[in-house]
Amino acid sequence: MDRRRFVKSLSAAATVASVSSLARTASAQSGGNIRIGLLAPLTGVLAAGGKELVEGFELFWKQNGTTVAGRRIEIIIEDDASNPDTALQKARRLVEQRDAHFLVGNILANTGLAVAEYVKSNGVPYFISVVAADDLTQRKRIPNVVRVAGYTASQMPRPLAEFAYKRGARKIITISQDYTFGHEQCGGFAQTFSEMGGSIVQQFWHPINTADFSPYLAQIQSSGVDGVFVMETGADANRMLQQYSNFGLKGKIPIYGAMNLTDQSVIRTLGPECGGIFSSAHFCEGSDNAQTRKFVSDYEKAYSKLPSLYGFSQYACAMWINEAMKQISGKVEDRAALLKAVNGITLENSPLGRPVKMDRYGNPIYDVFIRETRVRADGKFWNMPVEVFPQVSQFGKYDPETYMKQPSYSRTFQGIKK
Amino acid sequence: MISALKRRALWVGLGLFFVMVLPFIFTGYKTSIATEILIFAILAMSIDILAGHSGRTPLCHGAIFGVATYVVLYYVTVTGGSVWVGSLLGILAAVLTAVVFALLAIRTSGVYFILLTLALGMIVWGLCLRWTSVTGGENGLRGTVRPEWLANQVHLYYFVAVCFVVLTYAMWRFVNSPFGQTLKGIRESESRMRTLGYDVSIHLFLGFTVSGLFAGIAGALYAFFNSFVSPSTVALAQSVEGLLMAIVGGAGSLLGAIIGSALVIILENAVSLYTERWLMVLGFMFIITMLFAPQGIVGAVKSLMTRYGRKPAQKSSQ
Repeated sequence: MDRRRFVKSLSAAATVASVSSLARTASAQSGGNIRIGLLAPLTGVLAAGGKELVEGFELFWKQNGTTVAGRRIEIIIEDDASNPDTALQKARRLVEQRDAHFLVGNILANTGLAVAEYVKSNGVPYFISVVAADDLTQRKRIPNVVRVAGYTASQMPRPLAEFAYKRGARKIITISQDYTFGHEQCGGFAQTFSEMGGSIVQQFWHPINTADFSPYLAQIQSSGVDGVFVMETGADANRMLQQYSNFGLKGKIPIYGAMNLTDQSVIRTLGPECGGIFSSAHFCEGSDNAQTRKFVSDYEKAYSKLPSLYGFSQYACAMWINEAMKQISGKVEDRAALLKAVNGITLENSPLGRPVKMDRYGNPIYDVFIRETRVRADGKFWNMPVEVFPQVSQFGKYDPETYMKQPSYSRTFQGIKK
Repeated sequence: MISALKRRALWVGLGLFFVMVLPFIFTGYKTSIATEILIFAILAMSIDILAGHSGRTPLCHGAIFGVATYVVLYYVTVTGGSVWVGSLLGILAAVLTAVVFALLAIRTSGVYFILLTLALGMIVWGLCLRWTSVTGGENGLRGTVRPEWLANQVHLYYFVAVCFVVLTYAMWRFVNSPFGQTLKGIRESESRMRTLGYDVSIHLFLGFTVSGLFAGIAGALYAFFNSFVSPSTVALAQSVEGLLMAIVGGAGSLLGAIIGSALVIILENAVSLYTERWLMVLGFMFIITMLFAPQGIVGAVKSLMTRYGRKPAQKSSQ
């Protein structure tokens, strides 16, 4: 290389350097804004759910304005591609390059766990409304990871087990997707049900994206059980409901479903095959509570569909964060204060229509509804409340310390009392 | 000749200088991107040993890479061992995986080799996904494995950079050694090499194993960098990405693999700022490369340089 070319390349390098440092000062100067990093799976297996997550979040700010204590709120959305490595990379970028004050979002447990591990090292607050992996607020709690308007996987199915037992079910088969979310939801149900005196006859675990359920359905048919606990999400839930009905089991053996089985994201496209199914969740889009009704109709107006758990959760999450930020006058830089505010709030006016607050472990305590899918006047199906179990925490009726001594739910440990 | 050597030395020196001052130019998050580029450059170069220099295109290097990452994270976070022993075990595991893969795959060539290595890689992926008690299944394994003095991003960058320089030199020596020349001979004509008395199978086997060793080292470094591993690290997509880096940059040239890695990772990061459809943009880039620069970027630059009079630095460095 001759000298002239050397000088040329050197000056090019210098230009690059100065441009990048310019960009940095520019972003530092906009420190007036509150920057929220929203991670959502906009591509990959959970793209549909990710979109609803973003919709729910945006709806709240559209309704309530994007200013808190005089500071503008800037929402930076990143796609986690339903992949934990991408989620981690995007989380890093949101914090280190886009200077996000805190992170919210993610759906899949593995993406959430990856991001949680990252924020563990740097203390950035991370608010999860959908990621349900039990241990995040139990055995492996990270103080700056809080389930704002979220829930743990095993929290919701426990009341359902009580409900099933009270309805007379004694012998139950469980069928569930073979991954953590399935193991944990199933475990919550199986442990409670068996401790009440019922028996778990058999447990089926199938890989995610199972096309054909008939081998399981045939066994269920000939087993003589009086109930089936079904834990399915997404396309699996869709297929399961259709095949259960095609198999002629519907109406004969009642389904007790985990919350996602009859979520709007599943039953929106289904007909009568999804009717009359019991499930349990804190949110019930068919509830006649005034605040729930208002939220549902607003959401329908904005996106012309009924809200799913994803949309609702992220909406409530935005509301919760907003309250917390108001309490600390928008000083989100003070992470300790932000976390304290988030943990201390009693959310009064959420779409649930009931006050919600956190337990001591960063997970909300909810009134959990038993819901039944019924048809609405316009032919659409939705979940209507049947019964309510007040003040259900992530530990159910157990003492937290004793509960956390038992192992986490897995395929091999379901807490079943013999 | 001397001037060519001098010129090459100058370029190498300039490259080294750039690698060393990079954290001062690209601070913060960009340093971590640079770290990632270097790690994946090692992976892409290890793939290039097979794809470019031996004429065997493997689709299993993501799996070999990820095995090392898994072992490091398992050893450190689950059994609580030292990270250096863990890294050693991880690299060993990767080499063992490569040995098994090589034994099964080297007798085939062309499409059959691609398909066989793809299937072998998928086995590792399936194992990581289903062997929940060890691999953590879908959730993977998490935990910081970095020792205290590497906690800082810039320190980690320099650590990776030193490894990168040493490994690049090692790989460059390897492909330019008589052994490497034999591999090239096999690439050009297997039957001729056999007639000349070379044991093609042994050479390919060793080539595959050495390539696995380097992929394993990259995988161990990735454990340092990512503090997390899940089945997506050993998935087919990872193998494909590594291979694309090698091909886009220019198969048969280690420099190409480095450029490819930089290009793919920078594009991934830059494009995804503007659109969530960044995979599509990446796809288009690959198609365009294949259409207009089938020899990769390095190949295209070389042919441009020849066309405009200046001979490329003698018989190409790699």
